[in-house]
Amino acid sequence: MEQPEIERQSMEVDIACVGFGPAMGGFLTTLARHLTGESGQPPLESKAMPGMPLQVLCYERADDIAFGVSGVVTRARGIRASFPELKPEEIPMACEVRHEKTVYLLDPIGASRRGAALRVLDALVRPLAGRRMAVELPYTPPFLRKHGGLILSIGQFNQWVGNQLMAGGAVQIWPGTPVEKALIEDHRVVGVRLADQGVERDGSPTPAFLPGMDVRASLTVVGDGPVGPVGRQLDEVFGMPEDHHRGHWAVGMKMVVELPESCDLPEGTVIHTFGFPEPEIFGFLYVMPGRLASLGVFVPSFLDSPVRTTYRYLQHWMRHPYLWRWLEGGTMRSWGAKTLAEYGKQGEPYLVGDGYARIGEGSGSTNVLTGSGVDEAWTTGVQLAEGVVELLRRGQPFTRENLAAEYERRRRESWVESEGRVAEHARDGFTRGFLAGLIGMGLTGLTGGRWHPKAVRKPMPTLEEFCKGRLTAGEVSRLRREATEKGVPLHDLVMDALGWPRIEHDGKLLVSHQDALLLGGKVQAPAGFADHVVFLYPNLCEECSPQLCVEICSGQAITPNPEGGTPLFDREKCVHCGACLWSCPTPTPEGVSNVSFRAGAGGLHSAEN
Amino acid sequence: MSNGYHIVVCGSLVPDPLQALEPVTTPDGPALKNESMLPSVLDPWAAHALYEAAHLAKTVPGSKVWLVSLGPKAKLQQLMMTVAQKAPFEFVAVDGSASGFTDSFETAQALAKAIESIAGLDRQRLLLFGGCSSASRDAGTTVGMVGALLGIEEQFLAVDEIVPQEDGSFRVKERVEGAQYLVSECAGAPAVLAWATGNLPEPPNNPQVGMTNMRTIMPALAKAQPAGNLRGSLRFESVETPTQRRETRVVKDAGIDEIARELADWIRG
Repeated sequence: MEQPEIERQSMEVDIACVGFGPAMGGFLTTLARHLTGESGQPPLESKAMPGMPLQVLCYERADDIAFGVSGVVTRARGIRASFPELKPEEIPMACEVRHEKTVYLLDPIGASRRGAALRVLDALVRPLAGRRMAVELPYTPPFLRKHGGLILSIGQFNQWVGNQLMAGGAVQIWPGTPVEKALIEDHRVVGVRLADQGVERDGSPTPAFLPGMDVRASLTVVGDGPVGPVGRQLDEVFGMPEDHHRGHWAVGMKMVVELPESCDLPEGTVIHTFGFPEPEIFGFLYVMPGRLASLGVFVPSFLDSPVRTTYRYLQHWMRHPYLWRWLEGGTMRSWGAKTLAEYGKQGEPYLVGDGYARIGEGSGSTNVLTGSGVDEAWTTGVQLAEGVVELLRRGQPFTRENLAAEYERRRRESWVESEGRVAEHARDGFTRGFLAGLIGMGLTGLTGGRWHPKAVRKPMPTLEEFCKGRLTAGEVSRLRREATEKGVPLHDLVMDALGWPRIEHDGKLLVSHQDALLLGGKVQAPAGFADHVVFLYPNLCEECSPQLCVEICSGQAITPNPEGGTPLFDREKCVHCGACLWSCPTPTPEGVSNVSFRAGAGGLHSAEN
Repeated sequence: MSNGYHIVVCGSLVPDPLQALEPVTTPDGPALKNESMLPSVLDPWAAHALYEAAHLAKTVPGSKVWLVSLGPKAKLQQLMMTVAQKAPFEFVAVDGSASGFTDSFETAQALAKAIESIAGLDRQRLLLFGGCSSASRDAGTTVGMVGALLGIEEQFLAVDEIVPQEDGSFRVKERVEGAQYLVSECAGAPAVLAWATGNLPEPPNNPQVGMTNMRTIMPALAKAQPAGNLRGSLRFESVETPTQRRETRVVKDAGIDEIARELADWIRG
């Protein structure tokens, strides 16, 4: 049924920006220098408001610009090019990378999935692993090294950048303001529509209804990340370039931990792990100033477990003897999760079109070989700003051709592009198995991308297939019944049955998932917005089991419906990681997922992630 | 009322209570650890005052709202990103500590001075709004002292409602002991209203309002005057946060008796 037309406020600006992350930080920082005259040239003038400076507005979904989440270790080439005098101590929680280790973790429990080849490898390296059950690699390949780079808290970095921008007064950043969609007229993006406020969970108006405003702009800059609704809308409307697709994803879940006084890891230490809790799960631990550590794991979409739970895997990873010796007695200060665009350049969309340009992670800038995304994202923002300034100085419109000439060209000629090409297929081997993936990644890096593995498409195994040889069909059926009766996800029951020990909570670092939300993520949801997770076809959910959206949910916001069918969604627990969107295995007539992940406010409220 | 009210809201930032707050001792006295890196929010009591002021100004034609904030300039600027879309106001900034480890009287003096210097403010039409309490300086005395310093005798504390009348007078509902309300009639401005929670929900973010406010916010921040020493002769013996331990369980369909019993057991230890 057609919705009745709602009368909306509208305003004109010059540039409307969607999402404030490192890419937008790079864009606005570079642009602002040309708006204040700091660049040495006359400030740029507004066309939307003649006589005024260029009107640049940025809308961010989260309730504060400091509420991002990422574990950042970066070479910081782009960031340092923007801030040549940068001293890490200017940014809270930042420091220089001084020590790097790559570590293979063996399974001290015996519960992880390890194929025959990996078991042979484990047996071979076991004598080197000692009681810590880990082997420190004697050599870190150059493509992984970040020595001399920076360890950052993305929340603090974004806040640091945002404060400088606001102090300059040239651009405005508005957190707590989700953008519903791009306004598209005649194949041209003409601005954005903000999300409606004063509505019920189902979107129906309340007496406080405030229709989302239309912000019309001659240029819309889209940097809303890998699961942002505006970027995905543009993909749907304009399609993807030939052979580009988004097959690889991951959930990154992290904590900021106050390390115990006994911990002797020096500031600037970077540890990357692989091999445990499942072979494909990579982990990181970065030591920041003030005895703080940023640590976490990545659960990739190619992990063929239909009951994957990032939170429990994170806890088992922390309890590994190699890491626990440093973490025992520590205290969680912060927690969070996000989706990572592991597709990198493979999933690069059209970077420009009439009236719009795309920057950052959602534009395929993440380098999946070097495991680096923030600096690349920042640099794409800088490149766009340089192009935009050029077009404004020449008085040229923001057409696809002009933006391609001034932004896309800069990007194609830069290290972001050349290194992104090398990395493009680096992770494809993981679709064939862990060892194939590891070898493929190594060879891709060492040959500069000249050789890379080929991906295979495998459907997610059923729970019965996943448990084959370890649990009988009858046991799996019993677990399914138990989960339904209790109204809980399957993952804990299955992991318990597969031999994973229960996590003993210490109330400080090892806490329940809900306490991680409350104490670490400080998750909140402001009233007056519609639910941003909607299940489109209840009948498709009815037939789905296990429901991967429930299993993967980083905040336990999506839970099984005791009455069956569509899962339940609790907005107040959602961290907006978006894993439900790409984990849903059920295509719909309109798209690849039965989960509609829309614009929404709230989420994490920690400034330390 | 023909000319409307001139409503000055005293309200500043407090550290976002969701963050990890830890008091530390510095050479200048107590402070919060890493205060500069903590996001801030508008003091919730002052926020109610601001929303009520905006509503009153909309109700009574000719009225105008100023928001006077005393806080570190850089933090005020960040705060405005989350406040400026909520309600229309003209911003007046005073650069000084908002840590809460300050003397209420010194703070009141700095605020009164800032209010006295507002160009175009008609003191006969002045309604001074603020929180009846504060999330960081919970003495509950500051706005009353600002009023006293400005010579305003009509003061109402813990206000939940103001109903303006045609003749410029207004009716005020104040919270008093025992969950009771005291309803008073006031002949009109000038008056001090220290707000409890009021009755209004947090307004939605209105981008148009934000754009308009921003035109006064940046100049106000640029010319913010330093507040000077706000600690006066105040000395703190010790500062600590209450200990807390959280053990959340998700329990569905628990009965009232069961919940009450568990709480009682927990209190008994």
